[in-house]
Amino acid sequence: MAELPPFQTLIDEHATEVMAVLRGAVGREGAEDAFQETFLAALRAYPSLREPHNLRGWLVTIAHRKAIDHHRARGRAPVPVESVREEAVFDPDPDDGQIWQAVAALPLKQRAAVTLRFAGDLPHEEIAAALGCSPEAARRSLHEGLKRLRKEIA
Amino acid sequence: MTTTMDEPLARLRERAAAEGLLDVAYASADSPFGPLLLARTPRGLVRLALPNEDIEATLADLAGRISPRVLEAPAQLDRERRELEDYFEGRRHEFELPIDWQLSHGFLLRARRGIAAIPYGETRTYADLARAAGNERAVRAAGSACSRNPIPLVVPCHRVVRSDGTPGLYAGGVEMKKRLLELERRAG
Repeated sequence: MAELPPFQTLIDEHATEVMAVLRGAVGREGAEDAFQETFLAALRAYPSLREPHNLRGWLVTIAHRKAIDHHRARGRAPVPVESVREEAVFDPDPDDGQIWQAVAALPLKQRAAVTLRFAGDLPHEEIAAALGCSPEAARRSLHEGLKRLRKEIA
Repeated sequence: MTTTMDEPLARLRERAAAEGLLDVAYASADSPFGPLLLARTPRGLVRLALPNEDIEATLADLAGRISPRVLEAPAQLDRERRELEDYFEGRRHEFELPIDWQLSHGFLLRARRGIAAIPYGETRTYADLARAAGNERAVRAAGSACSRNPIPLVVPCHRVVRSDGTPGLYAGGVEMKKRLLELERRAG
């Protein structure tokens, strides 16, 4: 078994990205809590991790699970578009905020596929594994999600 | 890393500490010789790397030997940093911070406990050290108890010198050893 690098390395290299994934998946408000849950879960499990070769994919997969927990806890589907638009007024980060809001408004599966692909930079196979579907279904969700996004932003 | 991550990461460190997940917390500390790396476990200070040591290699070594849950957590090392600062200023003659001895075993552990007991401003020879650790012929092993001391300064291996009175070697360089002995002579 390869030796695990100090956990701090994972934070230094991937924390920003995991936060971006979570902002896409649960929105800016929920992202902070989901971020804490993601890294605490990772820290708990880390010493017994057997496959240290794709630590980034591992973290993004945990983040995805925490995003699902977040949605389940709130007992509802993705945020309705109206309320997201209201948030935009108070959004302190207008640069990529608009895109993430559009992402946040996507149906859950498309939203997950888009964030895992672009914020998480995961290949289709890993997105499929994280979502528990076939690579073909993952590709379709991604495709549908992007189509909607283009319409939304244009 | 962007500043927007500072707050979430600070909270993460706090929660990790509260949940007992900080197996090894580390931080850097200033010294007149350059930056030091301090690492502690819940039991106490376990490692101090001198300015000439490779930080990444040191952290990787701790991850392998103690636990991969190695996190930068400066607040966890406030006491250690303060005591060292006082020591370099000549205000502190004895360290009171808890020590975790887990990186030392057998003869080396006995020898290093012996080093920790050498009073401020005094010196012992490698032969003295070997004898005190229970094997007077193990002078060479006493040498490596010093040269590979995981917690230099706090376990003051700079106070162990050659029988002819010359300082002998030091992991941080002979010049550093001379300056430490000089500091203790002046402040002692």
